[in-house]
Amino acid sequence: MKYAVIQKENLNKWLLHLQKKAKLYAPKKKENLFIFRPVKDVNEVALKYIPTILPPKKYYFPQKERLIRFNVSPFKTSRAIKEFEEFILFAVHTCDIAGIQCMDIVFRESPEDPNYLNRKDKMAVIGIECLDYCDQYASCASMGNHEPRGGYDLMMVDLGEKFILHINSEKGERLIHGLVYIKEADERDMVNLERVREAKKKVFKEEFHASLTKVYEAFDKHFTSKIWQDVGKRCVACGNCTAVCPTCYCFDVTDEMELSLNEGIRYRIWNSCQMEDFAKVAGGEDFRKGRDSRQRHRYYRKFKYPVDKFNRYFCTGCGRCTRTCMAQISLAETVNSLLAGEGELK
Amino acid sequence: MIDREILLEKMKTSPYKPMRGKIIETRMLTEKEKFFRIELEGRINLSHQPGQFVMVSIFGFTEAPISVCSSPTDKGFFDLTVRNVGVTTDRLHKLKRGDIVGIRGPFGRGFPIDNMFGYDILIVAGGLGIVPLRSLIRYISHHKNDFGHVQILIGCRTPHEFLFKEETTEWMKRSEIKMSCTVDKADAEWHGNVGLITTLIPGVDINPTRTYAVVVGPPIMYRFVIAELLKKNIPEHQIIVSLERRMRCGLGKCGHCQIEGVYVCQSGPVFTYADLKNFKGECHEKAS
Repeated sequence: MKYAVIQKENLNKWLLHLQKKAKLYAPKKKENLFIFRPVKDVNEVALKYIPTILPPKKYYFPQKERLIRFNVSPFKTSRAIKEFEEFILFAVHTCDIAGIQCMDIVFRESPEDPNYLNRKDKMAVIGIECLDYCDQYASCASMGNHEPRGGYDLMMVDLGEKFILHINSEKGERLIHGLVYIKEADERDMVNLERVREAKKKVFKEEFHASLTKVYEAFDKHFTSKIWQDVGKRCVACGNCTAVCPTCYCFDVTDEMELSLNEGIRYRIWNSCQMEDFAKVAGGEDFRKGRDSRQRHRYYRKFKYPVDKFNRYFCTGCGRCTRTCMAQISLAETVNSLLAGEGELK
Repeated sequence: MIDREILLEKMKTSPYKPMRGKIIETRMLTEKEKFFRIELEGRINLSHQPGQFVMVSIFGFTEAPISVCSSPTDKGFFDLTVRNVGVTTDRLHKLKRGDIVGIRGPFGRGFPIDNMFGYDILIVAGGLGIVPLRSLIRYISHHKNDFGHVQILIGCRTPHEFLFKEETTEWMKRSEIKMSCTVDKADAEWHGNVGLITTLIPGVDINPTRTYAVVVGPPIMYRFVIAELLKKNIPEHQIIVSLERRMRCGLGKCGHCQIEGVYVCQSGPVFTYADLKNFKGECHEKAS
């Protein structure tokens, strides 16, 4: 059984089943936006949503994560997390799944990061394919992430009165195993899936004005472009763009002591390359002074450096950085300006 | 070699978990720099290459990346020299013999000693740059027959700032090592050269294609020193530089030390000038 189907009226039943299997996280409405939250009431699970304020990375790469437990005297260290919890991410957009794949590559690269990998081991991903744009900020078609490209255990696609589920792993299989209301997909379902995918081709168009290869070339060529100064002038260095990015993983390390001042925990906490002191050394030299060079660094860490290193773009096209920017810096606009060769010092 | 395997195994199980390091000797080298000799648990050797660094932990005060200033040929311990510049290093300065610190590492790529075999060596140290270079100088003096002529140039702002005074005096006495020192600003007791370290370079006698130049110092110093070395026709890939960057993990993840796409903690801190010159920005502090 590679594909299965579930009638929409049975969806809540399935969610209740999943809730019993493991800790379940799903999107939920919060005022006019959405957030991933632990599911308390299955009726609150939102299936149509614009990308959540924070991507689900907060669950597999927590904002504040315990690294080690320590004792000053006598000198002793031990694991801070004894056991990681099984959890399921439900209704994850394909862009955010692409983000998970990026993070996997980074934390799997030697030296491996056991905290990330152990937590990821316990994670199951149930994706949902978007059939229409969430809003005007997305650039998922240019990034090729508007369609599923692996990285999930199950993928749901809306076929009208039912969802078709692509079973992509044993873990995924186990999440639907033995449920009478989830049946093997028949030929008609497969035809319908094809039809939905065909219709989608008319909806999603590349948002950048040229192909990704051209985007890469533009980045390669325009490191000294005036565009970076323009972006830098508008940037307020708040770090929102990196906090909401599904592929930003920079962190700082901090120690917190118990009242005894003898025991404590070493944490890693999200950090942002947009912060003023990010690249400053103790002696005072700062190697990315200026918001222009810090913003440029952020863009190059999406469209150039990881392509050179991992042959993968670290922009997923989710649009969060643009949506959240207080200074209205738009990723698609910046990329398109670079493509047009604007801002070249003549 | 076995020690190295033990260390790698530890790194694999928990790369964030520091080893226990006991301070067996300390000494103030100047008003601001303190020397520490450290013994790892089980007296295992750090098994580092000259030029590599360790993350030094003080629980409650996080970690700082510190260059190892002893040679791997110094067995049973390793040395650090720390300038008091921040919260962690200030705390480190308060520690004394018998105290315990956490050690992770060694990290990064050190000086390419194997490639340097058979070559003449020109070492140029500015200020604190002598700290990582001491590991190389000690290595070379323990393996002198592997290398050609060795020349060392050391520059400091004032005579008070010279580190490892006894050792440098000893190096000066050795016939196979040629040494010169200079200060930017002399005092009444100083009788040596006065002027920037770059002024010493035109006078050195080298065969450029047979020479490896190793430069460590602040960005303002190595920029001008490299220019002088290029004038001497030393090939770009034989000019070696070690860079200082902010580091929080040492594992190529946390992002602080990045120069463009390169994590200095993993691919550096030692680079050849041929590697560095292709960086379009960020390699040096911007003038503005």
